[in-house]
Order: sequence, then C-alpha cells, then structure tokens
Amino acid sequence: MKRRNIILTSISILLLLVFIFVADSSFDAYKVRILNLCAIYTVLGLSMNLINGFTGLFSLGHAGFMAVGAYTTALLTMSAATKQQNFFLAPILPPLDRLNAPFLVALLVGGLLSAFVALLIGAPVLRLKGDYLAIATLGFSEIIRIVFTNTQRITNGALGLKAIPSTTNLWWSYGAAAFTVVIMALLISSSYGKAFKAIREDEIAAESMGINLFKHKVLSFVIGAFFAGVGGGLLGSLMGTIDPQMFKFAFTFNILLIIVLGGMGSITGTVIAAFIISSAGELLRFLDQSINLGFVVIPGISGLRMVVFSALLMVVVLFFRNGLMGTNEFSWDKVIGLLQRRPLIKRRLGQ
Amino acid sequence: MLKINDLVVSYGKVEALKGISLEVEEGKIVTLIGANGAGKSTTLKSIVGLAKPQSGTITYNGKNLLLEDTKNMVRSGITLVPEGRRVFPNLTVLENLKIGAYCRKDAKAIKDDLEWVYSLFPKLKDRSWQQAGTLSGGEQQMLAVGRALMSRPKLLMMDEPSLGLAPLIVKELFNIIKEIHKQGMTILLIEQNAFAALKIADIAYVLETGNITLKGTGQELLTNEEVKKAYLGESTHA
Repeated sequence: MKRRNIILTSISILLLLVFIFVADSSFDAYKVRILNLCAIYTVLGLSMNLINGFTGLFSLGHAGFMAVGAYTTALLTMSAATKQQNFFLAPILPPLDRLNAPFLVALLVGGLLSAFVALLIGAPVLRLKGDYLAIATLGFSEIIRIVFTNTQRITNGALGLKAIPSTTNLWWSYGAAAFTVVIMALLISSSYGKAFKAIREDEIAAESMGINLFKHKVLSFVIGAFFAGVGGGLLGSLMGTIDPQMFKFAFTFNILLIIVLGGMGSITGTVIAAFIISSAGELLRFLDQSINLGFVVIPGISGLRMVVFSALLMVVVLFFRNGLMGTNEFSWDKVIGLLQRRPLIKRRLGQ
Repeated sequence: MLKINDLVVSYGKVEALKGISLEVEEGKIVTLIGANGAGKSTTLKSIVGLAKPQSGTITYNGKNLLLEDTKNMVRSGITLVPEGRRVFPNLTVLENLKIGAYCRKDAKAIKDDLEWVYSLFPKLKDRSWQQAGTLSGGEQQMLAVGRALMSRPKLLMMDEPSLGLAPLIVKELFNIIKEIHKQGMTILLIEQNAFAALKIADIAYVLETGNITLKGTGQELLTNEEVKKAYLGESTHA
C-alpha cells in the first residue's frame, strides 16, 4: 500500500519535471507566462489559506505583505545602473543604491522582511476577531501601499520600479510552489497544524486544551506573510515592473477568490483553484472583445471577464460553501478508491 | 488538592461570589450545585484564571493558582470540560482527541490513553473517522470528556456536563464519570442537575447567590429537606 503511493508520487513528480522542461524549452512566451502565474498564485493562495483557512483568521492584508516582498526582491536584484535610471525624480537612499544580492537571497530577504512586518502588526492586531481583524488588516495593507507611494527615495513612489531583472522562470516559480506545498503539508500535519485547526474551530475549547492562542495566531500570520513575500518577489520579477497601484485591495480579493473556490483549509483545493483562476483570467479574455453571435454583435466591454469571477464567487458562496475540496486533501488512496468505486468508509473499517 | 478560601469576585458592581470557601480533596468527586446565576461558572472561571477575583485565595497543591496563566493550567494538571461541549465540529473524533493531548510529548503514553478513552467510550471508537459536528449531543459530550482525559489531568473540572441531554444519556454519562473517578481521578463537578450530581458525589456544596449555604456528603444532601425542596423538586413530607 505504502510502496505503491511512493511509486505513484515519484512518477508524478517526474512527469511534472518533464512537463516543465518541455514547457520551458518549447512553449511560447504567452503560455509560459500563464504557467508561471499559476505557480505564483499557488504560493500566494497557500500563504493566505494558512492564515484564513487553517487558522481561521479573517485577514485581508495580503497585498501589503506581497508589496513588501516584491519591493525588497526588486531593489535587491536591480543593478546600480538600473536603479539610477529608475530614480530620476529623487536619488535613491544611499545604502540601497549599491545593495545587491542573488535572486534566491533576495527572495528570502523579501519573505523575511514581510514576516517581520507581520510580526509587528500581528502583535496588536491579532487580539481582534472576525470582522474587526479583517478591517484592521485591510487598513494595514492600504497603509503599506500609501507609505510606498510616498517614500520616493526608497520605492520610487508612484512611478514604481521598472526593468526589474526577469529571473523568474518556470523552474523558479514551480520550485517555489513545490517548496511551499511541502512546507505547508508538513506544517499542517505537525502539532502546530493541529493547534491552528483547533483555534479555527473553537478558540475557547482550544484554550482549555492548553493551546496558547496568541502564540499560534502570530506564528500562522508570520509564516503566511513570509510566503506572501516570496510570492510577491517572484511576481515582481516575472512582471518586470511594480508600482503601488498593483497592490490594491483587488489583489487580495483575487487570492481570496482562489482560497474560497478551492476550499478554506485545503492545500489541494488551493493548488487546483490557483491554476483555474489564473488560467481562466487569460482564457476568458475573449469576453472583453466584441462578440459576434451571427445575428447580433455585442460590443467589447473591457473587464467583462471579471464579472465571471464575481458571479463565480457568488455561486460558490451560495451553493458550495466548502469550495472544491472543503477541508479534504488529495491522497492516492482516495483516488484509487474512487477508481475502484469502493466507498472509503468500508475500506477503513474492513481493510 | 485544590483549596479556595474566601473568594470574592465581582463583575462591575455586581458581586457574583461573596466570599466562598471550598476544598477539593485528592481522589474525591466534589460537586457544586446551584441554580442559574448562583456563581457556579464564575467559580470555575476564577480557578482557571478567566475571572479576576477581588480578594481571597485559590491554592492548588500549595501553589498560588491566581498567579498562574490560563494557558498553563493544563500543564499543571487542571483540565476543564467547558460548558456546552465545545468539540471541534469540523475535525474528526480522532483529531479532537489528539488535540486533547496537545500539551504532552510522550507518544506512547498518548496512544495508551487513546485506547483507555476508547474503552470508556466505545462509541467514540466506532466513530473515530466521523466529524465531531455530526455526533449527537450525548456523543459530543462524551467526546468533550474524552478529549479532556487525553491531557491526563490530575484534576478534571466539568461545567454542566448534563446540559441539554436526555435523562438516559445523563445516567450513562454519570456512570462513566463514576468509573473515571474509580480509576483515581479527582473531579470537580458543577451541575444544575442536582439529583444526578449528588448521587455520585463524595462531597457536595450548595451555592446560592454567591454564598455557600450547605456542605455535606452527597448522600446527606440528597436527603436534606431544604435541598429536596429547592433542587430536587420534591415536596417535603409533612
């Protein structure tokens, strides 16, 4: 039983590697970009699902964490000459102009800085619950955006950063996604994961079991922010340009859509939904153009595809509260059980 | 084991406890009965540090419990079965029980205790893969007790375990409480269901609007006329 699963997992990993290799060498830039986005949204979705889905903290500050990670990574990877070109209104603050680091280090520093910011705001904010926490974290993310717009000499203000070295490729983004999935899976199955879920289910009961609420909430918040920072860094490097407008609330909403659609509290669901949402964003582009139905021509309305997402969210919230996966996870046993059409419960009892 | 001395707790201007003293001896079932608003839950809250007393002392094995943090209670051996069950509804029965052992690191002993809880509550074993929210009220209460037992408490405190359960289930539950006690657990039981609680109690206290008005063995109070009149719903025989 166990060995079969290991073999199946190895085969899938091998297939994924082959696929990335083929995609990397022969797919056109458009498709590669979509595939990159899928992986980056997986990282971002998982980081938000840890906070909102597994620990049950209704946090809407994700765009802020991504901004911190994206700006840090960008500033650390850009060359001195590029920085000088970017900062033409006001010169960049001294130590930053020569600061440079390899991409991996820059990503990690971006993640750590984002985690540090989460620690700072988490300490006061995580004493709040429910809607109040949502409002406070939303406010935080807007504050980050406004601070970034006004610190001309650090972030280049509203002009944003351009010509960020595009290091992100399929290997980087899928490497990061795989790393995030593994870390999340390990974390969730550890005793920390149990405590997170207990807090989500019932804080009073969790506390009466001796779980330190505050410590675990901050921990979940900080780890989530770390991965949000890494995801932001990857995204900045993929786009090649970032500016504060990018990190508006709508960005947080996109990630929220992924975790709600995939299932709050499911790693598998988040991965699936990240792929669906980021590829659908491109596949539905035809909706923005004028549509010829033969007898009538509907003029193009840009942004119409976003309506699909809004409608999708409403349908999910109304009829599929648990999303695609609920709190279930993928396992080979379940897939094979499904193929053999034997109810899971029977195998558990009777083997 | 646990000693409360002259405890006064007030919420704003309202005094919920007006100086109560009680003692829980090791290996005994002590029950605290009283009507709504008598101060039963406040007593429990003060023990675990959720309510801050104005004056008085609570000592546990000679240690001042008032200085202890709520989150360290379980580690020092006091576990509360909270009022209204409060199981984790979307987690399986097994996960619920495992979270009960959250503060322990001894994997083997935890496994033994899991078997022990399953032997006390065979129904939980049958339903170990079921989500706790899908259990019946009685089963949820048993899960709540089982979950508390998984932390290997020295003192088990229960806040109205009979709340909202059918009489037959209450009887079953109290039999199990008795069984747990027989195996050496000290229990502080807080109940409105005076009859059920008094029947299994070694020592019982009656709490009335913030004062302890009666103390005695369970049997004594069961036959006490005042208690009969006020809590057991029997008219006094003239």
